[in-house]
Amino acid sequence: MERGLKVKDVADIFQQGSIWARERVEGPSLAWTLWVTLATFSQICCRLVADTPIKMRHLSTKATFNSHGQDSSYFLGWEEYEKNPYDEVQNPKGIIQMGLAENQLSFDLLESWLEKNPEPAGFKRDGKSIFRELALFQDYHGLPAFKRALVEFMAEIRGNRVSFDPNHMVLTAGATSANETLMFCLAEPGEAFLLPTPYYPGFDRDLKWRTEAEIVPIHCTSSNDFQITETALEAAYHEAQQRNLRVKGVLVTNPSNPLGTTLSRSELNLLISFITTKGIHLISDEIYSGTVFSSPGFVSVMEVLKDRNCDKSEVWNRVHIVCSLSKDLGLPGFRVGAIYSNDDMVVAASTKMSSFGLVSSQTQYLLSALLSDKKFTKNYISENQKRLKKRQNMLVMGLERAGISCLKSNAGLFCWVNMRHLLRSDSFEAEMELWKKIVYDVRLNISPGSSCHCTEPGWFRVCFANMTEETLDLAIQRLKDFVVEHTANGHSKSNNSSKNSNRKLLPKWVLRLSSSDRDHKPDER
Amino acid sequence: MTRPRPRTHESESETRNPTGGGGATAMRLIVPLQGVVQGRGGLILGSLIPCALFYFFQLYLKRHRSPKPGSNPTSPSQSSSNLSDLQRSSSRSNLSSRGSIGPVQVSSRASSIAKPNDSPYYIGLDRVSGDPYDRLDNPNGIIQLGLSENRLCFDLIEKWLSENTKDSVMGRDGGDLSISGIAPYQPSDGLMEFKVAMADFMSQVMGRAVSFDPSQMVLTAGATPALEILCFCLADPGNAFLVPTPYYPGFDRDMRWRTGVDLIPVHCRSTDNFIISITALDQAFNQARKRGIKVRGILISNPSNPVGNLLPRETLYNLLDFAREKNIHIVSDEIFAGSMYGSEEFVSMAEILDMEDIDKNRIHIVYGLSKDLALPGFRVGVIYSFNESVLIAAKKLTRFSSISAPTQRLLISMVSDTRFIQEYIETNKKRIREMHDLFVEGLKQLGIKCAQSCAGLYCWADMSGLISSYSEKGELELWDKLLNIAKINVTPGSACHCIEPGWFRCCFTTLSQEDVVIVIERIRKVAETCKISS
Repeated sequence: MERGLKVKDVADIFQQGSIWARERVEGPSLAWTLWVTLATFSQICCRLVADTPIKMRHLSTKATFNSHGQDSSYFLGWEEYEKNPYDEVQNPKGIIQMGLAENQLSFDLLESWLEKNPEPAGFKRDGKSIFRELALFQDYHGLPAFKRALVEFMAEIRGNRVSFDPNHMVLTAGATSANETLMFCLAEPGEAFLLPTPYYPGFDRDLKWRTEAEIVPIHCTSSNDFQITETALEAAYHEAQQRNLRVKGVLVTNPSNPLGTTLSRSELNLLISFITTKGIHLISDEIYSGTVFSSPGFVSVMEVLKDRNCDKSEVWNRVHIVCSLSKDLGLPGFRVGAIYSNDDMVVAASTKMSSFGLVSSQTQYLLSALLSDKKFTKNYISENQKRLKKRQNMLVMGLERAGISCLKSNAGLFCWVNMRHLLRSDSFEAEMELWKKIVYDVRLNISPGSSCHCTEPGWFRVCFANMTEETLDLAIQRLKDFVVEHTANGHSKSNNSSKNSNRKLLPKWVLRLSSSDRDHKPDER
Repeated sequence: MTRPRPRTHESESETRNPTGGGGATAMRLIVPLQGVVQGRGGLILGSLIPCALFYFFQLYLKRHRSPKPGSNPTSPSQSSSNLSDLQRSSSRSNLSSRGSIGPVQVSSRASSIAKPNDSPYYIGLDRVSGDPYDRLDNPNGIIQLGLSENRLCFDLIEKWLSENTKDSVMGRDGGDLSISGIAPYQPSDGLMEFKVAMADFMSQVMGRAVSFDPSQMVLTAGATPALEILCFCLADPGNAFLVPTPYYPGFDRDMRWRTGVDLIPVHCRSTDNFIISITALDQAFNQARKRGIKVRGILISNPSNPVGNLLPRETLYNLLDFAREKNIHIVSDEIFAGSMYGSEEFVSMAEILDMEDIDKNRIHIVYGLSKDLALPGFRVGVIYSFNESVLIAAKKLTRFSSISAPTQRLLISMVSDTRFIQEYIETNKKRIREMHDLFVEGLKQLGIKCAQSCAGLYCWADMSGLISSYSEKGELELWDKLLNIAKINVTPGSACHCIEPGWFRCCFTTLSQEDVVIVIERIRKVAETCKISS
């Protein structure tokens, strides 16, 4: 791979040289000869070095760059899991997948609805086939009925304290695409967005790959439960300036992935004030809004804007919301995401861009029927929250019994777990070591905090909604046994020992991660 | 060590020196120098030092050249200023958006995309959606001939659906109703079962002349993202693809908008029945090189959209040779492969590769179900590539445009029903042929001839006899008359970058047979006024 790049460079130099020479030098002259000599040497060098990757040279830098870094140790976890996945009956000793934020707790509700309402799946409305309409429907404005149902569902999740206009909504193939589209719309290549850490590892791909935008972290720490502070915001803004990056906005996940906490009203106020003074955008990724299961309840940024009477001001147009049905309704396979923006230009541009990721008309129709059933949605939202709460409680209590604490959370499909006391030293190397033990020995695939760009070692994201209760029980049991054995061996060190001064320095592989991915890794968020 | 792979390097030196004389001098230098370098222990020094020198030399040049690339975004449009409105207009909006740094700070990409598109192709489509013809409700509305949609065979699919849907969306093999097969995360590049079904479907559509390997397939939400993803994988911003004209107006959107890649039109003539000539390609390639634009590939549509002809086997071989010689990619858009009505044989790029032992890495095929199965609403596109790296990169990029799982499940059962598909393909071809013959005959009676074609959902009509002046202006005047007086929306050749004025693409598969009569009658009225005035 490395060699391939060199060859590519040489070839590019060579080509540039050829263009340059032809532009300036007519026929053989001293400069021409000099150039030919040098180019020849480079060609020889090229031949000497290269045996393989000639073909790589002809792909775009994006394509070649993307395939780098697959050996990153983070992916070992996924690889191990795929080699040896847990199954209650067939492979009870396998690895349990706790790195996948998927909600399987309320499938039965969806199934029973589909059973009772066979018409939408069969392309029928009131007994008549509407297949013709759907087969040809490729309007990027989306099926009006579906958009209406979706905005009402969004409002319902937000306690009907805010309402949404379907004309300001753009449908996309999943929130992944929604985030990328917003990035395309708001940032030029080389411009930056500020993201509070820890953040969802996929953002490094989704926001940067094709748009060539940059991410600058806002460093949040456990000292205030990872809340966003003004100092942290200013520091990040300053850092971006120092790196010569123009800041175009702030992107937050609310509820936060991986923390599982909602943003408080004061944090939202702080963010709005910040983007007002700096004259930048705010993207609020609210795809977990339907998973808020206990108080304090969920407050959407739209609500705060309304309360501040911002709907007449300029800031109103600079706040954009991303939502999806992947977490709220547990349907990631349906690939439904949406952008909500008050800026007409953003809506117009992203509507056109959505032709690169439209939602199939069949899916839109099916979901419009599902979401229009108010009785169903009401029941689903409350029942789903109840089940999530129970599940989260089960995990938190279980971990507590094992002597492991979690960040107090009220949302999400995961907990942010503190295993700092199990680290050999206060470093990311130690976190990696512990994580490997958990994957290989304890056989749980969880996500290390460093993959989320967390600034403190020892934190892990543990998902709880993609398995049965029995499996979760088993996972907790395994972890408990591990902790007991670990403590008995005296590996752990006192938690409050000197804080590593350079703990902000992430290990190299984290940086590499920003461009890396693995093939078989499910595309979860 | 040096001998076995002279091809790629020769092509390099050839492009450097079109005359070939310089290449020879270079070779004369290479041979003795190689002797020096390889013979002795000074190998490393002998190669490294000049390389480093050369590198710094180039670095120095790059620094001095840098202001030039800065002005680059406008240069591609200048180069193609002899073409249609589309490119000119989009570049204009690009410039203005950069000039005005207003209070709304969206990116320049967004502001140029957000502007209404002033290509007649899109204007026409918009006009129809505002006032669509309906035999009963709106008999004076505009009839749509600008959208290549196939409405001829819905009855077949409806019949299949009524017999099969119960199990297809949710359960596999008619098993228990289960949502766990569609709700959770699925591989973003498509379910393996669907790839297998699609591979077989493609092979069936192409008359079993070629077989496709599901592992070389990446599924996307429509052919539009398939093209864009390929473009992201094959080219860097500022690079270009050569595209034979006339070409589908959507390419400008799909390939250029977000990728920053440029399309260079290569003109084909009616005298060749719009078949691409290698000489024209070569010329375009060299011109691009001269302007400092790196050409990364050729984009062809076969069967061609908008002409509806097929690329002969011979041309495909020539294209392959050309691509090999220049060391570039070929993207072959074969989305109309099954919508054939002529007797000629369709030859897929994949078929050529099946037989020839050639470098397959540069060939990429795009396919989809929007035309051949008439399901554009379902958003199914395919990238079929022989290049491992492209497949890996494309798979990752499908994160942003994957197909919804319930739709995949439904289509798996539909597409793997080989008997149904066989019947569908045959009936579809028959019905397209009937419609084509009816429509072309109608035009013929008005004295309008069509280019010889045998595939697609449209014909390519020569109305140059009706235009007031033999120019783009004359063509657009006629287009305007057809839209506003005759109330039919057709696509003018200029929107497809056709270099000869007076050609129009008319899609006939959205019509019923009765509609055809009305359309011909409406054209007749305009044709008569045109003849009188001239």
